[in-house]
Amino acid sequence: MKLEKGKILIYGYGNPGRQDDGLGNLFVEEMQKWAEENNLDYLDFDSNYQLNIEDSERISDKEIVIFADASVEKIEEYCLTKVFPEPNQIEFTMHAVSPAFIAKLTNDLFKKMPAIYLMHLKGYEFDFKEGISENASKNLNNALNLLKLLLSVNDLSKVFFNLERACLTLNCYN
Amino acid sequence: MTKKITIEPVTRVEGHGKVTIQMDDNLNVTQTRLHIVEFRGFERFIQGKPYWEIPVLVQRLCGICPVSHHLAAAKAMDVIVGAGTGDGLTPVGEKMRRLMHYGQMFQSHSLHFFHLASPDILFGYDANPAIRNVIGVAMEYKDLAVQGVMMRKFGQEIIAATAGKKIHGTGAIPGGINKNLSIEERDSFLKGADPLNADKMIEWSLAAVEFFKGYHKANAEFLDNFSYFPSNHLSIVRKDGALDLYHGVLRAVDSFGNRILNDVDYQDYYKYIQEETKTWSYMKFPYLLKFGKDNGWYRVGPLARLNTCDFIPTPLAQKEFEEFKAYTKGKPSNHCMHMHWARLIEILHSAEVIKELLLDPDLQNTNLVTKGTKQNEGVGLIEAPRGTLFHHYKINDNDQIVMGNLIVSTTNNNHPMNNGVNFVAKAMMTGHKEITEGMMNAVEVVIRAYDPCLSCATHALGKMPLEITMVDKKNNVISRKIR
Repeated sequence: MKLEKGKILIYGYGNPGRQDDGLGNLFVEEMQKWAEENNLDYLDFDSNYQLNIEDSERISDKEIVIFADASVEKIEEYCLTKVFPEPNQIEFTMHAVSPAFIAKLTNDLFKKMPAIYLMHLKGYEFDFKEGISENASKNLNNALNLLKLLLSVNDLSKVFFNLERACLTLNCYN
Repeated sequence: MTKKITIEPVTRVEGHGKVTIQMDDNLNVTQTRLHIVEFRGFERFIQGKPYWEIPVLVQRLCGICPVSHHLAAAKAMDVIVGAGTGDGLTPVGEKMRRLMHYGQMFQSHSLHFFHLASPDILFGYDANPAIRNVIGVAMEYKDLAVQGVMMRKFGQEIIAATAGKKIHGTGAIPGGINKNLSIEERDSFLKGADPLNADKMIEWSLAAVEFFKGYHKANAEFLDNFSYFPSNHLSIVRKDGALDLYHGVLRAVDSFGNRILNDVDYQDYYKYIQEETKTWSYMKFPYLLKFGKDNGWYRVGPLARLNTCDFIPTPLAQKEFEEFKAYTKGKPSNHCMHMHWARLIEILHSAEVIKELLLDPDLQNTNLVTKGTKQNEGVGLIEAPRGTLFHHYKINDNDQIVMGNLIVSTTNNNHPMNNGVNFVAKAMMTGHKEITEGMMNAVEVVIRAYDPCLSCATHALGKMPLEITMVDKKNNVISRKIR
C-alpha cells in the first residue's frame, strides 16, 4: 500500500548544545535532507529537546513513527528497537517522557497506535558544546545508512517489514 | 563522626533528586538533606563568547525552560547594548517577548497541573504510583488528560511562532527581537479550530481553577497543613505592584506580609541577595543579605508571586486572586500546597494575557530593535515558571563575556524545598526503620509542589530517579528506596 503524504514521522530529540546529546536532532536533519533530495514526501520530520505529553497528539495520525535519541546504554554504535506502550516508564519529574510512555498516551487518549520504533544512537561526550564527537559521528552515519535503506520504498507493508526485520537482526542488547 | 556524602559526578549527566534522612538511636529525625544536582560549569563555559551569542547559547543549559533562559539573557544584553533596563524596547519588541514568555508559562504550568499534580488530586496522595500518574488520569478522566495535552501544545506553538523554532530559538536578540507576528500566525491562535484557540484556553484554565477549588473545599485540612511553614517570599512585580511575569522591580515580603525588600531595581540585586555554599550540596542557598543566612532565605515561584504582588492585571485572574487572598485574610499564604492553586491562577492569567497580546496590533509592527550607548554590564531577571531567574553578565572591550552569574529558580527554592522535606520526614518517618511507599509519596508530593528542574543537564536515555536514603547517626544505611 502506497503511503500518503507525511505518514511516517521521524522525530529526533535531545539538546544539540550538549554535544552527543544532539544525535537525535542531527539524525533528523540528515534524514530530512535526504528525503528532500529524493522527493520522499511520505516522510515527515520533527525535532525537540525532549519528548513530552503533546507528542502523543503529534504522532496520533501517523502509520509509523521512528524516534531517535542519544543513548548511554551498553550498546554497540546504534540499535533499533520496537516501542510498546508502557505505563510504568514514568519518571519522577515528568519534564521529559519516554517513547513508550508517549505510545501509551496516544493509545489511551486518541485511540490510535502507529507502529513505533526507537533508534538508539550511542553517544560519548555531553559537555556544553555544539557538534558531536568523532565516534558518535561514525555511529550516526551508520545508523543513517541503515534507515535510508529501510525507508527508501514507498510501501507501508514493505517499510514495516524492513523495520521489524532490522529490530530482530540488530539484536541490540546482546 | 559525620560521614561525608558525595554526589557522584555521573548524576550531573543524568540528573536526579536525592534525599538523605538521618535518624538517632530513638528513630527521631535529626537531619534531612535534599540534593538536587545543578551544573554550575555553564558560567565558565560562556566566558570569552561574544555577548550577542548568549541568548541563544544559554538555552544549552536546559531543555525544560529554554525560553526563560533565552529571555533573561536577552534582557541582560538589552542593558549591554544600551536599550535600557526593561522599558526601552520598541512596543513590538517587548510584546513579542511577552507573548513568548506567557506561552512558556502557560504550557509549563499546564504540564505541571494536568500531568503532575492532578494524578495526586484525583487518586489521592496515598494511591499506588502505578495508578497515580497521567496514564491513570488518561484512563479515568480522559477529557482532563486531553485538555492538558492540548493546552501544552497551544503554549508550545506560541513559543515556536515567537522564538522562530522549537530548539535554540532565536526570537529575542540584544535590544529587541528578530521577527514580528504575522496576521496568519495571529489568526491561527485567535481563531484556530477547536480546541486550539485562545478562548478555549481561557475556558479550560478557568475550569481548572474551579476544579482545584472544589478539591480544596473537600480536602482543606490536608492542603492547608501539609508541609506548612512560614517563609519570606520574593519575586519581581510591576512598578505599580501588579503581577508581571516578564519585567518589574524586585520585591520581598516576610511571612506576615511586611515588605522586606521594597521594589528595588534588579540591576542591583547583588547588593541584596547572596548565595551560601554548603559542603554537602552542589546547589547554592540564596538569601537576603540584610537578614542573614538563617532568616533571609525565601520562596520563589507561583505562591511567592501571588504573595508579593498587589493585584493581577487581567479580570478573571484578578477575581480568583481576590478569593485566594481572602482565604489567608490578605496575608501571605505559607501553605506549600497552595502553590498548585497559585499556579492555576497564573495559568488563567497567562491565557488572558496571550489573548490580549494577540489582539494588539503592535505585534505586526516592523520596528524590531532598539540600540543605545553600550554598557559593560547587564542584569536580566524574569519570572520563570518555577520562580525568579537571575542572569548577570559583564563584557570586555572586545565584546566578550568576562563574567556570568546565574541564579536559577530551583536554586532560589533550595532552602524551602529542604524545609519541606524536613517537615515530611519528621511527620512521617519518626519512629520508623523502613521507608514505606506512603513516605516516598509524601516526599515526592512536597518536592513536586515546587516543580523543581531536576535536569538542567542532558537526558540521554536513562532513568531520572528520586532516591531516598535513611541513615543512622553513623551514616550506616537503614533503608533506601528509589523511584
